[in-house]
Amino acid sequence: MPKTLFEKVWESHVVAQEPGAPAVLYIDLHLVHEVTSPQAFDGLRRRGLKVRRPDRTFATIDHSVPTIRPDLSLADPLAAKQIRQLQQNAKEFGIQLLDLDHPQRGIVHVIGPELGLTQPGMTIVCGDSHTSTHGAFGALAFGIGTSEVEHVLATQCLLQSRPKTFEVRLEGRLAKGVTAKDIILALIAQIGVGGGTGHVFEYRGSAISRLSMEERMTICNMSIEAGARAGMIAPDETTFEYLYGRPFAPQGKAWEKAVAWWRTLPTDEGAHFDRSVTLDVSRLEPMITYGTTPAMAIPISGRIPAPETAADSTQRATLEKALQYMQLQPGQSLLGQKVNVVFIGSCTNGRLSDLRQAAMVLKGRRVAPGVRMIVTPGSEGVRRQAEAEGLDRIFKEAGAEWRHAGCSMCIAMNGDQLQPGEYAVSTTNRNFEGRQGKGGRTFLASPLTAAAAALHGFIVDPRTLLS
Amino acid sequence: MPPFTRLTSRVVALPVDNIDTDQIIPAQFLKITDKSGLAEALFYSWRYHPDGRPNEAFVLNQPQAQGAQILLAGDNFGCGSSREHAPWALIAWGFRAVISSSFADIFRNNALKNGLLPVKVEPAILNTLFNLLKEQPQAEFTIDLASQTLSYPGGQTEFPIDPFSKTCLLEGVDELGYLLRFLPQIEAFETSHVLWRE
Repeated sequence: MPKTLFEKVWESHVVAQEPGAPAVLYIDLHLVHEVTSPQAFDGLRRRGLKVRRPDRTFATIDHSVPTIRPDLSLADPLAAKQIRQLQQNAKEFGIQLLDLDHPQRGIVHVIGPELGLTQPGMTIVCGDSHTSTHGAFGALAFGIGTSEVEHVLATQCLLQSRPKTFEVRLEGRLAKGVTAKDIILALIAQIGVGGGTGHVFEYRGSAISRLSMEERMTICNMSIEAGARAGMIAPDETTFEYLYGRPFAPQGKAWEKAVAWWRTLPTDEGAHFDRSVTLDVSRLEPMITYGTTPAMAIPISGRIPAPETAADSTQRATLEKALQYMQLQPGQSLLGQKVNVVFIGSCTNGRLSDLRQAAMVLKGRRVAPGVRMIVTPGSEGVRRQAEAEGLDRIFKEAGAEWRHAGCSMCIAMNGDQLQPGEYAVSTTNRNFEGRQGKGGRTFLASPLTAAAAALHGFIVDPRTLLS
Repeated sequence: MPPFTRLTSRVVALPVDNIDTDQIIPAQFLKITDKSGLAEALFYSWRYHPDGRPNEAFVLNQPQAQGAQILLAGDNFGCGSSREHAPWALIAWGFRAVISSSFADIFRNNALKNGLLPVKVEPAILNTLFNLLKEQPQAEFTIDLASQTLSYPGGQTEFPIDPFSKTCLLEGVDELGYLLRFLPQIEAFETSHVLWRE
């Protein structure tokens, strides 16, 4: 019977399944960070358990690390304590840790692919919802809670109910100035923040084939913002080319064996999906959010919808609450909307190609007076590559702040955050109330749109800056 | 994990869709290395003004909310971040069940592992329940897990739950104990698990 990519990966990882119980699913790679792991390690200690496979467990420090310098003297005492706890847990349980001073440290979803830890056909988990990023390689990758972190540490397995499959077919060619970020924002706006609940997306079609790995990661990253359990893309030549020669990628004979296996993973002709949606990406404009969920997004030339158009009273109240929080009006265009802060970074858009796009807009220009612009590379590796290309100079000469790797202003638990009432254009993944700092107001957009807003001090169509 | 069998309680209503885990527990409270202080931090940004004074208009600060163990919330409750601090905070405040028309996957998994019961009802029923509580804020609901029923003044509905989670909740058993029984199979699986590296 023809099978989907998801089915092939799922079925090759089921250790056992008793009637009426979820599957015992084997996990190939477990990524760990400081915020969602301390209580899990405590649980192991209480039960007298070890980490079963330290060789399949990999830790980094990203969420609460200061990005001015990865130096604990700059962190607040609680964040410093949490980071020290991970350092101690890694030592005690024999886990590899990319510590504060490690040249490869970075956001967990940036370093996995960068180091070649992330590979096609794997099951990958992390106590972080944006683990869906790794699905860009044809891995089944999803976020878990701290109890599940403990389960994987102890057994290298998870109890999982089998999700349903959801084909997301993306066809057509992107217009100039329209990016992977705009595709995923448009998809979420179309199907809603709960549209993918209980499903694993597979992104397919000609538009996906043409995307680079970094663009594919941006799309898979935000699968969770549509509620999907995971998002996957079949591995192809683009995938193999990206992985070849990376530190943890197979080498020599093993590489050939690996690629031969990876080539068997794509969805078979005629395989069945539980749901399907098609998006013609050639019709897309740059997208931007106006509200407090990633689905509250419009084309940049569009207008904010009116709450009266909502389907029921709770939906109407939800939209009214969002517009009240954002201090925006129904029917309003976002073009010309003043911004205080521009943030480039995160596991969504903090990779080298994202920084290149922002730098292309900023080169030889200045950030508008009164606008604070922060650029945080996704990893120390990205930071070094960007500096080798001179991108840091472009940012600094434009008046932006050039930081060290970390989650930074995406999660606002590390010192980087908005002040109450401030507006930001941010290349991150969540515009929830207070996500970037209590009272802060976030517009999610691509690095192009964010950089263009920084130059003007208000939101503009980035295509006007691309000649 | 404390068992969940039957619960009768007053209900706190939050008629907002897509309540994300950043609202349930803002990131500033994720720096803990244990589970302390979460009751005070639950819905922090909605519960307190920027200057720290309680927001009297917010339902959790109103007298009828005190002692309630059931939360009634809009669609897609618990979306966003995977932070298990969200169910920990709800439980620390005193909630044992959340009723909504749908739950985000990770939140539901996390809730079940901590004895917090997600009760999924049809959207029309959810609307009925919100309207009911508008008229009778003191109304009590009863949730019976064994029969998978939710009873409220003037009505009753059934809710779905997978049999495995149901048994774990009824008996107060945690999943890791179950999973550890599979260690021999896991070891056997590892010897034949075909990835390129083996």
